[in-house]
Amino acid sequence: MKKIWIIANRELASYFDSLIAYVMIILFLGMSGFFTWLFGSSIFLIGQASLQVFFGISYWTLFFFIPAITMRSLAEENRSGTIELLSTKAVSDREIVVGKFLANLILVAIALACTIPYYITVATLGNIDHGATIGGYFGLILMSSMYISIGIFASSLTNNQIVAFLLALFIGIFFQILFDVMATSFTGTVGGIFDFLSSRTHYESLSRGVIDSRDLIYYFSFIIAGLLLSETILSKRNWQH
Amino acid sequence: MGYRNLLKNVKTLIKRLIFSVSVPNFASEKFIDMASIVVENLTKKYGDQKAVDDISFDVKPGEVVGFLGPNGAGKSTTMRMVTCYMAPTHGKITVEGYQADEHPEEIKKKIGYLPENNPLYTDMAIIDYLKFCAEVQGVGKDIVNTRVREMVDICGLNLERHKKINELSKGFRQRVGLAQAMIHDPEVLILDEPTSGLDPNQIVEIRNLIKELGKEKTVILSSHILSEVEATCDRILIINRGKIVADGTSDTLRQQAQGQELVSVKIDGDESRVKKALLGLASVEKVNEQENRKGFFLVQSKPELSSRKDIFDLCVKNKWYLLEMTGIETKLEDVFREVTN
Repeated sequence: MKKIWIIANRELASYFDSLIAYVMIILFLGMSGFFTWLFGSSIFLIGQASLQVFFGISYWTLFFFIPAITMRSLAEENRSGTIELLSTKAVSDREIVVGKFLANLILVAIALACTIPYYITVATLGNIDHGATIGGYFGLILMSSMYISIGIFASSLTNNQIVAFLLALFIGIFFQILFDVMATSFTGTVGGIFDFLSSRTHYESLSRGVIDSRDLIYYFSFIIAGLLLSETILSKRNWQH
Repeated sequence: MGYRNLLKNVKTLIKRLIFSVSVPNFASEKFIDMASIVVENLTKKYGDQKAVDDISFDVKPGEVVGFLGPNGAGKSTTMRMVTCYMAPTHGKITVEGYQADEHPEEIKKKIGYLPENNPLYTDMAIIDYLKFCAEVQGVGKDIVNTRVREMVDICGLNLERHKKINELSKGFRQRVGLAQAMIHDPEVLILDEPTSGLDPNQIVEIRNLIKELGKEKTVILSSHILSEVEATCDRILIINRGKIVADGTSDTLRQQAQGQELVSVKIDGDESRVKKALLGLASVEKVNEQENRKGFFLVQSKPELSSRKDIFDLCVKNKWYLLEMTGIETKLEDVFREVTN
């Protein structure tokens, strides 16, 4: 656990030393702020003290931003060879993967924490549904965790950051929208399966403020699967031919 | 409260004592006759190709061993397996009594490793980087800073310590690489081409540093520069196509390759008569005129015989002047070429 934290700490420091963290936070706030407060079906037009608009926007902005921050996590180590340095230190492959996951998650959490003023603003404007808002944030964190896990997996497969980014988006788009589309075009059990696989279904139920075990199981199983796959790929060098 | 503080102080004091005193002695007293690294029948296949083919060797504590071999001979692959970066296809590796497939974490703690091409987190400052390495290797919180300061001093990084690694020249990067390998005071140091890309002055500095370290620690280093291995190592393993083709000190290797004594002589006398007389000696096998050197003969003795005294006696008998007699030593280069071709 201590080793995981040391790795996460270094990773996080490198995000803040390079511009990655600031660009990511500012872009996220800018995009979500613009669409929430100023443009189109903004918060003022709905006439409700609710952050549903913000959650809808963040669902998409995070989908694009997360692969951009996870793409370098292992791909860069593979490219520069520092992975050899790191894995010959007294850490296990699992600690490396989980450390990287944690660093990315903390960065996303910091970005989300910066939107708490939105919550306070709306809460002073009217009677906000606190349960739904907390559920919404919780849903965003879970959804982000899933995409981070997928992103790290994509990053572990290659030593090219762009390939990692596109691969993460490609895998992600299935959960983001394609399964949802397929669910509508199928009926019965197949439709039900696709509906369950779609992240949107689970995210919407969470952002209504309903915390259902099925949604938790869904997100946690994909997070764990992604991390285990990354660990497997990382230890591929040990495979005995 | 006072009592608790006292206890804490005593604890840190004991920890420091243990760390600073007993670790070096540990290797030299208790395990004096136990090999530090034992490698048995190690094989690594990449697909159908065998990168390392059934290698066995062991390294005693405090020994400095040099891996020598042409590019792609399997030096780096062997090192990667000993450092637990890769698992071997077959074979057993034991480091400081721990088996690689069972306790990789313990082995990693005991090894300091400088990988080939010296990869570093180039976006970090030297100090931060060394601190990170120390923490990851499990160096106690209270001594991390002391260790980092020591390493910065030993490796001569003092003036650059707040610079980012990507601002450093290759020589300084190499020193950072060495510093991170030694930061946790490991018993075993494995250095893959530690002097590649350095200028001659830096090479001498790094060599001296390795020699200094070699007094207390087990060191394995690889190189394809012969003079370097000869200058720093107690023992040389020549690896070619995944196999160990020669093993020994530079002197024994030379002797092995030499086999028969070779002397260059110059004798003042009629050349054809001299040659004939030399060939007539019981201990001489072959006599050749030397190219480009008039009057010089290259005399090869029969196996395990020395012809020097006989040549001298011959000159005395015939009243010739012996102008020059030099033993020709086989260079390590020749040994290397012979066993790797």
